Amino acid sequence: MNGEHTVHAYDDELRQLTDTVLQMGGMVERQIGDTVAAMMERDSERLGRIIETDDSIDEFELAVERQVTKMLALRQPMAVDLRSVIGALRVASDLERMGDLAKNIAKRGIALSQAREIPSAWMIPNMAEKVRAMVGQVLDAYVDQDLEGAERVWRNDQDVDEMYNGLFRQLLTYMMEDARNITPCTHMLFAAKNLERIGDHATNIAEMINYRLTGDHRFGDRPKADTTATFVACAPVELDGTLE
Amino acid sequence: MAQGGDQIETLGQEVRVTFKLDERRLRHRHAAETRFRFYGLLGIALAVLALGVLLVTIVAKGHTAFFQSRVVVDVFFDPALIDPEASGDPKILAKGNYGAIAKRSLSALFPEVSGRRDKRALTRLLSDGAARELRGMVITNPGLIGSSQTRSLLVSDDVDMLRKGHISRDIPETQRALSDKQLAWLDALAEEGRLKSSFALGFFTSGDSREPELAGIGSATMGSLWTILTCLLLSVPLGVMTAVYLEEFAARNRWTDLIEVNINNLAAVPSIVFGLLGLAVFLNVFGMPRSAPLVGGMVLALMTLPTVIIASRAALMSVPPSTRDAALSVGASPMQVVLHHVLPLAMPGIMTGTIIGMARALGETAPLLMIGMVAFIVDVPDGPLDPATALPVQIYIWADSPERGFVEKTSAAIMVLLAFLILMNTSAVLIRQRFEKRW
Amino acid sequence: MVAMSVTTDAPLHGAATPAVKIVAQGVDVFYGDKLALNHVDITINNHEVTAFIGPSGCGKSTFLRCFNRTNDTIPSCRVSGSVTIDGQDIYAPSIDVARLRTRVGMVFQKPNPFPKSIYENVAYGPRIHGMASSRTALDEIVESSLYRAGLWDEVKDRLSQSGTGISGGQQQRLCIARAIAINPEVILMDEPCSALDPIATAKIEELIDDLRSQYSIVIVTHNMQQAARVSQRTAFFHLGKLVEFGDTEQVYTNPAEQRTQDYITGRFG
Repeated sequence: MNGEHTVHAYDDELRQLTDTVLQMGGMVERQIGDTVAAMMERDSERLGRIIETDDSIDEFELAVERQVTKMLALRQPMAVDLRSVIGALRVASDLERMGDLAKNIAKRGIALSQAREIPSAWMIPNMAEKVRAMVGQVLDAYVDQDLEGAERVWRNDQDVDEMYNGLFRQLLTYMMEDARNITPCTHMLFAAKNLERIGDHATNIAEMINYRLTGDHRFGDRPKADTTATFVACAPVELDGTLE
Repeated sequence: MAQGGDQIETLGQEVRVTFKLDERRLRHRHAAETRFRFYGLLGIALAVLALGVLLVTIVAKGHTAFFQSRVVVDVFFDPALIDPEASGDPKILAKGNYGAIAKRSLSALFPEVSGRRDKRALTRLLSDGAARELRGMVITNPGLIGSSQTRSLLVSDDVDMLRKGHISRDIPETQRALSDKQLAWLDALAEEGRLKSSFALGFFTSGDSREPELAGIGSATMGSLWTILTCLLLSVPLGVMTAVYLEEFAARNRWTDLIEVNINNLAAVPSIVFGLLGLAVFLNVFGMPRSAPLVGGMVLALMTLPTVIIASRAALMSVPPSTRDAALSVGASPMQVVLHHVLPLAMPGIMTGTIIGMARALGETAPLLMIGMVAFIVDVPDGPLDPATALPVQIYIWADSPERGFVEKTSAAIMVLLAFLILMNTSAVLIRQRFEKRW
Repeated sequence: MVAMSVTTDAPLHGAATPAVKIVAQGVDVFYGDKLALNHVDITINNHEVTAFIGPSGCGKSTFLRCFNRTNDTIPSCRVSGSVTIDGQDIYAPSIDVARLRTRVGMVFQKPNPFPKSIYENVAYGPRIHGMASSRTALDEIVESSLYRAGLWDEVKDRLSQSGTGISGGQQQRLCIARAIAINPEVILMDEPCSALDPIATAKIEELIDDLRSQYSIVIVTHNMQQAARVSQRTAFFHLGKLVEFGDTEQVYTNPAEQRTQDYITGRFG
């Protein structure tokens, strides 16, 4: 699509920037997968290692920031190059947040490993796999400059939101059934919320890909399917003897 | 660059040889440069030597012309010979027999001289101009009539040449210009201290004459001046305007190229061709007066015009186009651009070209010969239409004359001409320097 | 086909729709048989700085020179099409070119003050056009022009000094003062800062920004960052054609044409 710069060092620097972002993204993708797997296996040691790994992700973000600052000062990028460079900064920021969210899931996992097991927690691994796949796809779209792939990821977030809605209701049900479930379910709720947030950040990255390729910031109005903020569960428990 | 001490040692032999080779080449080059510089200096030395020899020869021959011999006598302005009726009428005064007055003043010093032949020989010691000088004195001051004054009178060219050492006493009398008796009289005058040399103002003021002692460059100088003036007034405005038109306004096409080629060729045409043109057109067709500086100036203008045009064009071309662009961008019309900006900047070059052209014209002889300025002109011309001659032509005429007295006059005239040329060329250099500083 | 980008919503510096100053339609320029500019259509707005960018030999300087008919001085140059200023065709036979150039001034790449005094440099134009009735009036014009060009404080004590004896940046500002002394409506600048150091360049850019409120300015530049800083509209020329013309911000962040993008990002060649 775009040819090579007359000054080859410029192309090298852009490539290096993309590589850094991809390395960071790969790491984040792995973190997501590992943390949910470890959570399900109740492996606290592994979860502890995952938490430590997050520092490397933060360092990657600093590296990207340094490279971007240097390129802005020395190359004065224009047009598509400018959008690429600014995009890389935003993507790194999103990836760093994703890393933090994965770390938080790991923390929840440690807490869960000490609480009782919840039987139908299978929804979380499903959701996590979907989110991890999204992250993988969006990173692929970033490398391949694939606008359609990015748009697909942007739309798929809707599915993640639906899965979260379902999980939310299910966990509430568990909590209402048995008070001993409240602690583990609350942790799982937060973990699930973190996963959902990771999905949202993936859509941010998709929008950055769009910005880099077309200059538009938005695909359209993002379909937000997450209704949990306004959801009120109907309590089957009698409040003061009377059924509503 | 060697990296270690060991390597230098092993390389040592080879390095030294390389250095030696380079040194030899370097020596050769230096020697060649020194030789080249020597040749240059030699060339300059030869040129300076030649110039020196030329100048020394001319000055040696000519410097004596600036002094003339005179004899101091008592002159009695006999009213009987000048104005017998004491009318005071200038016309009668002018017709007085001043020759007799001069004759008598000299013979009064040698009362023993008798016999017509001897008397005539004595009189011949004086110049014919002596009588004219006396006339001039009386006309300016009629009060001299009847008085006796001590005056110095001009002597003849033979006496002058004797005093300047050009006539030898050793050759037999029959081959000599002055007889033994005349020599004796001259010695007697010299003993009395009556013979002296004075500055020859007449050399600069008088016109040409058969008599060397009376001949001067006056008419030639004025003729040259009028000629150069005419040449200047004709060639410079025309030449500059032509250059301006060709450079600034004319379209660049085959016609202008043709004109440019022709102008360049004309600058190289031998000057006598222009003389022929002047003869054929100005004198024969238009019937203009012969020997007039006006015609001479016109012919020289034709000759100088290409030089002026070429120099002016070069000066105009050297004005950077950025000046023209700037002037145009402020809304100046093409004429304003040329008059206000280009010409002032080109002026040093134009003036230099003009002065060089004029200097060349000043020294031209051939074209002037063709239009008749080779005549024998006695009276100093008053205007450009009076017959005149030019300095180079005057030199040519005198060089041809047999009289001994003209030799020094020729060289002196050459000195004057050279002085003018040096002056003109120096001023060209100075003007260019002064104006170039401001730009 | 020229790509036109959308005008941003915000009106340009407070005014309503800026008035159109120069309209060029179908302009072709030939040097002999060689076509240097091919069917260029462009609109220059009043009180705006328009930048012409493009690689060497693309015709931007040639097009600039069409606006004040400086191309007339080049013998082999032929201009066809229409160029109108305030609706008046400037190539009409009845137009006096010298008067046109008092309305459309020009500043050149290499500063070219006249080899006269600083005062004379600025006073020459008003004098030959009879703009000052007295010496005092002329003094006022000189002072105000030098003041507006940001040069007055630096030279007010040496107005009789030669115009070529000041620094390059000052010389260029003197040329700008000379151009504005005759009260033009449009100022054309052909790479005005390419011979100057960064400080002098910055001063001239500030000056251009100042002058924008009174004149329309068209600037040709090789320095894209300068064009980006200084102009509101940018036109990209390539091989004699106008490739893209739009708001500067748009052209430099998201140009519509691939060729424009390749040029400004350094992918040409």
